[in-house]
Amino acid sequence: MIFKTHYRIEKRSLALVLGILTVSGIGGFVEIAPLFTIDDTVEEAPDMRVYTPLELAGRHIYMREGCYACHSQMIRTLRDDVDRYGPYSLAVESQYDHPMLWGSKRTGPDLARIGGKYSDVWHTRHLNDPRDVVPESIMPAYRWLSRNPLRVDDLPGHLVAMQRVGVPYTDAMVERATEDAIAQATPSGPAPAADGQTLPDEALRERYGDATTVRTFDGDPGTVTEMDALVAYLQILGRLTDAATRSADASGTPGAPDAAAR
Amino acid sequence: MLSQLTRRDRQWARLVTLPLAALGLVIAFAARGDPMAAHGVIITLFALGLFLLVRTVRDAPEPPASRLESYYDDPSKVGIVLALVWGVIGMAVGDWIAWLMAFPELSPDVAWLSYGRLRPVHTSGVIFGFGGNALIATSFHVAQRTSRARLPGQFSPWFVLLGYNLFCILAASGYVMGITQSKEYAEPEWYADIWLVIVWVTYLVLYLRTLARRQEPHIYVANWYYLAFILVVAVLHIVNNLAMPVTLAGAKSYSAFSGVQDAMTQWWYGHNAVAFFLTAGFLGMLYYYLPKCAGRPIYSYRMSIISFWGITFLYMWAGSHHLHYTALPQWVQTLGVTFSVMLLVPSWGSAANALLTLNGAWHKVRTDATLRFMMVAAVFYGMSTFEGSFMAIRPVNSLSHYTDWTVGHVHSGALGWVAFITFGAFYSLVPWLWKRDGMHSRKLVEVHFWIALLGIIIYLVSLWNAGITQGLMWRTYNESGTLTYSFLDSMIAMIPYYVARGIGGLLYLIGACIALYNVIMTIRDARLERAAADTGSSVASSDVPLYAPRAPR
Repeated sequence: MIFKTHYRIEKRSLALVLGILTVSGIGGFVEIAPLFTIDDTVEEAPDMRVYTPLELAGRHIYMREGCYACHSQMIRTLRDDVDRYGPYSLAVESQYDHPMLWGSKRTGPDLARIGGKYSDVWHTRHLNDPRDVVPESIMPAYRWLSRNPLRVDDLPGHLVAMQRVGVPYTDAMVERATEDAIAQATPSGPAPAADGQTLPDEALRERYGDATTVRTFDGDPGTVTEMDALVAYLQILGRLTDAATRSADASGTPGAPDAAAR
Repeated sequence: MLSQLTRRDRQWARLVTLPLAALGLVIAFAARGDPMAAHGVIITLFALGLFLLVRTVRDAPEPPASRLESYYDDPSKVGIVLALVWGVIGMAVGDWIAWLMAFPELSPDVAWLSYGRLRPVHTSGVIFGFGGNALIATSFHVAQRTSRARLPGQFSPWFVLLGYNLFCILAASGYVMGITQSKEYAEPEWYADIWLVIVWVTYLVLYLRTLARRQEPHIYVANWYYLAFILVVAVLHIVNNLAMPVTLAGAKSYSAFSGVQDAMTQWWYGHNAVAFFLTAGFLGMLYYYLPKCAGRPIYSYRMSIISFWGITFLYMWAGSHHLHYTALPQWVQTLGVTFSVMLLVPSWGSAANALLTLNGAWHKVRTDATLRFMMVAAVFYGMSTFEGSFMAIRPVNSLSHYTDWTVGHVHSGALGWVAFITFGAFYSLVPWLWKRDGMHSRKLVEVHFWIALLGIIIYLVSLWNAGITQGLMWRTYNESGTLTYSFLDSMIAMIPYYVARGIGGLLYLIGACIALYNVIMTIRDARLERAAADTGSSVASSDVPLYAPRAPR
């Protein structure tokens, strides 16, 4: 019976076309469409913040240099993953990642919670020459990052594009994106500004939260380099929200359901 | 080759290349200061080059109408050579970065030569450059033969082939300049993606028009697979690449999806790029060239129907097995495993159908390296689809994921299946197209076979060992309940395997170079002989279309 029907279908190219499109369409539709509609796919995290312009620029460099090919940003719900890298990753933590950088290979370690684990100096030295701080490392050196000044004039456009795909950047954030990027890598010191004006880094903190790090990431306060941006990005990884730590604390064990079962 | 172009074809060529060259200039000007400007220049040079090439025959007379009584194979011929050139480039880059994994200091302090930027050149070079050109070239050949009809036009096949290669050039040159979306196997940015959509739609229309001219009531199995390849790749490409450009005068864009939805879309794409680019298309190749070369009909018509629809339906569910134990909801992961395991049935159906077709022709497999390439390809297809279903099972995946086992698995499919069936198809197709009794050197085909097989075995064994060692070291606990090995320990343990993999890859690369040399020498032989004999074309009487289009008015 089936074969007789097929005997007819294979005489018409349009029947084949429609058949292929229908049959192949089902799986993707059933698996992807509900991810946009089922509410508990992505957890609630009111404290989740967006990337600052400098971190976003750093993320772009991370993608440009292909870091994602060797480093994942996804801690699985396995006991050894959690013991090695920290609480398992939640969907909300990459909610503003367009695109996500979960990765597929760990030639180097996972970076989902690398933020704050090492100093800026360590990161800068490590990116300039990984074998300087880890003699056995096989990571390539990225010396040009310290040499290249960061392009900041187009950052408002980047924030607008992010707004358009649904990331809640405010218009003030867009307007001040370039200044904010420079301010984050140029601490203005403790002195209050003259005639009541807000300092650039204070304005940055007002927009992105008090916990925003303002530092000379690459150790050179003069120019904002690509190194500043990349280190700023690495230092925020895993620290956009506390949701994962909270959920690990609430469940009592730092592991996951799967880990407990093992 | 150029003399075969009609006045109309030449008009079309002008009509497409000149505006394209102008568009390139506009891009170069509008995007100055952005790496996209370099792409504008590349587009202009590419289009102008083709324009000047066609201009060399601007006064040539109209080709004789007798051309319509034979198949149009010129695009296939060029496609074969392009595929091999891309193959050698892609594999050479792959082997170079394989050595960098053991000896990172070898890389010079130049951004565009760094590991991270060359890696997508390798993956796109072999998948899209080598694989894509091979698929386009063979699909034109197969569609004409199985329909007994000449391609409907002479311009659109060239547009598809050369337009596709422009996409490949934009992709590879973009990566080294740092233009990437970072979506694995979908790295090219938005404007290259749009260009590919235009090329791909033309390809689909061309393919359907060829089928519409067929002189056989039935559409042969190989065409179902090529059709599924063209259609589904179009859908995957468009959905996964939806993005918002920062500006129309810049390369950078932001993916329409984020986080978990983006991950699922990406691996729905990624897994089905394997399914419909690297499997369906090449199964189309297998279903034509293997029976043809063996001189045996396909073993079972019904098995091919079940396998075809099984693959088309089941593969699309399997992508989520790339995201086990992640933040992707559990129900999607479960669906992924279920369908991945079921997928083994149609996969093995195809592999068995291919191998059973060889019943009665096994003596040829022993003596003919061309057929042996195809036989080993079917075996590797069976093995790597088994491995794939196996690795999709959650507990296995918890060990294998993120390790070099995955890389080994991909290469067992890519080197053992995709490239072997391609080499087999090329070694039979090249003598047919250039009207020779066989390749320039049969011995070199034999050498290629063994050196490539040895390369694969070294490659796979080293990465299986690497991956399993890595996975086990990551999860080993000592008696006090803490992790025994640091990540660094597991990385250091990989170095010997990386060296072995570099050697295996080098052997495989040498094989690909031999293939390119052998093909070029065969073409040269054909040229020399034609110049000596000058008897005009001698088309085998059976290798002609029953239906020839009328000459354009």
